[in-house]
Order: sequence, then structure tokens, then C-alpha cells
Amino acid sequence: MRRPTKEEGLWLVPLIIVLLLWEFIAGYVIKDPLILPRFSAVIFSVYALREVLILDILVSLLHFCIGLALAFAVALPLAIAMGWFRSVFKAIDPIIEIIRPIPPLAWIPLAIIWIGLNHYAAGFIIFIGAFFPILIDSYTGFRDVPRVLVETGNVLGCIGNIKLIRYVALPYALPSVATGTRVGMGVGWMCVVAAEMFGVGNSGLGYRLFQKFYFLHQMDYVVAYMLILGLLALILDRVFRYFVEDKLFRWKKGIVK
Amino acid sequence: MNHKLELRNVTKTFSTEEGEMMALEDINIEVKPNEFLCIIGPSGCGKTTLLRMIAGLDYPSSGEIILDGDRVSGPSPDRGMVFQEFSLFPWRTVIKNVTFGLEILEVDKHEQYRIAERYRELVGLKGFENRYPYELSGGMKQRVAIARALATDPAILLMDEPFGSVDAQTRNILQEELLEIWKRTKKTVLFVTHSVDEAVYLADRVAVMSARPGCLVKCLDNAIPRPRKRTSVEVNEFRENLLMLLSLERSKACI
Repeated sequence: MRRPTKEEGLWLVPLIIVLLLWEFIAGYVIKDPLILPRFSAVIFSVYALREVLILDILVSLLHFCIGLALAFAVALPLAIAMGWFRSVFKAIDPIIEIIRPIPPLAWIPLAIIWIGLNHYAAGFIIFIGAFFPILIDSYTGFRDVPRVLVETGNVLGCIGNIKLIRYVALPYALPSVATGTRVGMGVGWMCVVAAEMFGVGNSGLGYRLFQKFYFLHQMDYVVAYMLILGLLALILDRVFRYFVEDKLFRWKKGIVK
Repeated sequence: MNHKLELRNVTKTFSTEEGEMMALEDINIEVKPNEFLCIIGPSGCGKTTLLRMIAGLDYPSSGEIILDGDRVSGPSPDRGMVFQEFSLFPWRTVIKNVTFGLEILEVDKHEQYRIAERYRELVGLKGFENRYPYELSGGMKQRVAIARALATDPAILLMDEPFGSVDAQTRNILQEELLEIWKRTKKTVLFVTHSVDEAVYLADRVAVMSARPGCLVKCLDNAIPRPRKRTSVEVNEFRENLLMLLSLERSKACI
């Protein structure tokens, strides 16, 4: 018999081992903070940077929100059209598949020329990163609505695309939309550093990490910001899962888990 | 000449790679109000297609389907349908599944719940109102589907092997319950099945179909008084008749 209570704190053990190894290797093997700063030094850096850190987090979250909101607002209607109407999918899919593999970083020159050096340009890079996962997972959801549910809707008087989308396809596809949004959030967050690298302002986690700390070779600060980036992504994901997936999709339990 | 439902020369052809395929040929059936008609036949005889055409989910290639004097031209809530597959909306609770059709018809909220409550009681789903479909057994799911189909008060109830995917015992119970519901709501029921036992137990009349092309072989009146005993002599005689008809059709198809 496996008891879940025993597994509860399990993640702590490897985490502590990794941190201790890091501390030991950096302090006694490498002995050069430029190559690998010690974990304790990094923690101290976070403390030392606390004032500028708050501002940077807020600015990065602003960029992230601009990009994500835009990605969601554009991807969802497009996903409905592509998932529900076979002809729209056939017409648009090749364009999507050509643009999709272009790395978000490659858009930086266009972002600067189109939008300028401001928060929206950073948001645009994050938009490019978040857009495709949201689009693709969402249209899959709309495309895969079981025929029997559509027909059940039909015989109960739910007739015509607008009603069918509203009452049948949308509720059916929402979990896929949520999954896509979650993946899109992850990819979008990975674009934050790149989006702030090219000088859209003078704050933000990516800006500080690359333009300041790296140029000054303050590697303990760089690593501190890297850890903050990771930690924030984890928090964002957990918050999303708590409020969206666990609360909204109780009905999905029997199907996926 | 007071028919609830009338099928006149209904024919259905499908285009396949080898050309036109005749799925249903010249079907003529008249259904009386409050009648319980079972349609039975081997798989591939087009009985589901026939039911789907009555529901308005499919269209006859020629011929017409007339319900209460009006020609059927598309799906509508005045023909309730229960599918063979589980067809509950998984994101809706039991009660919200039952109110779905009423919601679409924009019935007042309180009225919706009053009606749903009535049908929920009729199909015996006490205490399951706020459960989600994944929490229900197969039999429960089909009970909800029946309540949902009845909630919009359709003129006719179409059932496409609704108990095909539940176990034998539950199936017997569901059949008894369905007869009770039928007695209380006075609906006209069209019930497609491939089970001889089911047809004998439920129907006022059994329409026997043959395959390739699907056509109506014979309609048998089933006058055995209810409640029927599944093992009684009359039931067995009727079953014998049906089985003979079906195997005759099968041997003809082989030649």
C-alpha cells in the first residue's frame, strides 16, 4: 500500500541535495564566482537587490500581461473559426504553419521598427511566443467536439453555428483552451528575457539580467535573476492551475485523470 | 386515418466509390399515436439511418416523413432522441443536462427547474442532481438522457438502441422503467434494437427489416397483455416468430 502522505515532502530531498552540491562545487571545486557563484552568494544577492528586484518583476509582469492578453484575444476567435469550420482550417493552416516555426527572437527587428522601443514591443515578442500554443490547443478542442454531442444539441433545438458554438463547442473545448493558455504562458515567459534584451526600457528582469549584470560580469546577480525568473514562472503556473483548471474543470476529472 | 408519424416511400442512397449504394428502399410505415413501435433488423439494415432521418439529422433521398401532418425537414425539439452512445454533456451536471433543451427554448429559469424536477423524478434519479456524467453508471446516464429528451415535451420519442451498452440486468430494469414512463407520458415511441427479447418485451408492434438493401419485411402486432412475463409461453412464441423471420432474411441475404 502506498500512502500519499509519505510522498508529500519528497520533492524537498533532491532539491536540498542539488543546492548542497551546488554550494560545494562552486565553493571548493571551481572556486571562481565568475564561472559559478555559490548558492549562498546568490541568495545574498537576492536580498541585496530587493528594491530594484520588485520594480523589475512588476515591469516584466506588465510585458508578460500585454503579450499574453493579446495572444489570447487573437488566438481564441481564430481557434473557434479554425476548429469549427473545416474550410477555414484548410485555408489558414498553411500560413500558420509557416509563421509558427519562426523563433520569437527573430521578430525583434520588426518589433522595433513597427512598434518602437517601448513596453508594447516587448509585449509583442511575448505575444509571438504565447500565441501559437494557445491557438493550436484551442482549435484542437473545437475540432474534436464529438459528433453525438453536436447532434444531441441539434435534436434539443440547438441549431445553427452560433448556438452550437456557444452551448456545445465552447464548453467542450474550454479545457483545451486552458491547456493551451498554460503552455502559452510558459513559452511567453521564456520570451521575457529576449523581449527586454533589446532596450525597450530601463527596467525588467531580462533587461537587468542582460544589460546590467552580465555586462558588469556580476554573475551572482545574473544567477539570482535566473532563479527569480524560474520561481515566478512556477508561481504563475500554480496560480493558473489553482484558479482555472482545478475549479473550472471538475467535470473533466473522469475524462483525463 | 389518424397517424402520428408516416413514412412514405422513404429511400436513402449513399454515394460510394463503387457508385450509388441503396441503404434503404421504399420504406412505408404508419405509427399511431401513443404506439410503442420497435424496429428490429440485422446490423447494416439501415434502422439507425431511418431513425436519424425521422430525427432530421439525415435526409431521405426520396420519399417523405410526416409528423402530425407536417413534413420533417430538419432536427427539432419536437422529436426527442436518445442515442446509443452516451451523449450527456460532460460539463453539465445531471440537472443541467435535463434543462438543456429548455434553456435553448428560453424557458423561464424557475419553470426549467420545475420541469426538470418532474422528469428527474420520472426516471428515478433522486440524489444525483448535481453529479457530473463521469460519476454516473451507464444505466444512470441513459436515464438522464431519457429525461433530457422528454423535458422539451416532444411529440415522439426516438430511441436508437439506448440500452445497447449497459449490462443485461440493468437493461431489464431500464426496459421496465421505460414502459412505466411511456404509460405515464403517453408518448409515441420508436425504438430501434437488434435484440429480439427487447422488441418482444417492449413493443406494441415490431417492424422487421432486412439488410442490403434495407427494406421493411413485415410488421408484427404484439398483443401480449402487459405486464409481460419474459418467460411466458406467448412471449416465447412471439420470439420464435421473430427469430424465424430474421433468420429467413439472413439466409436470403447469403444467397
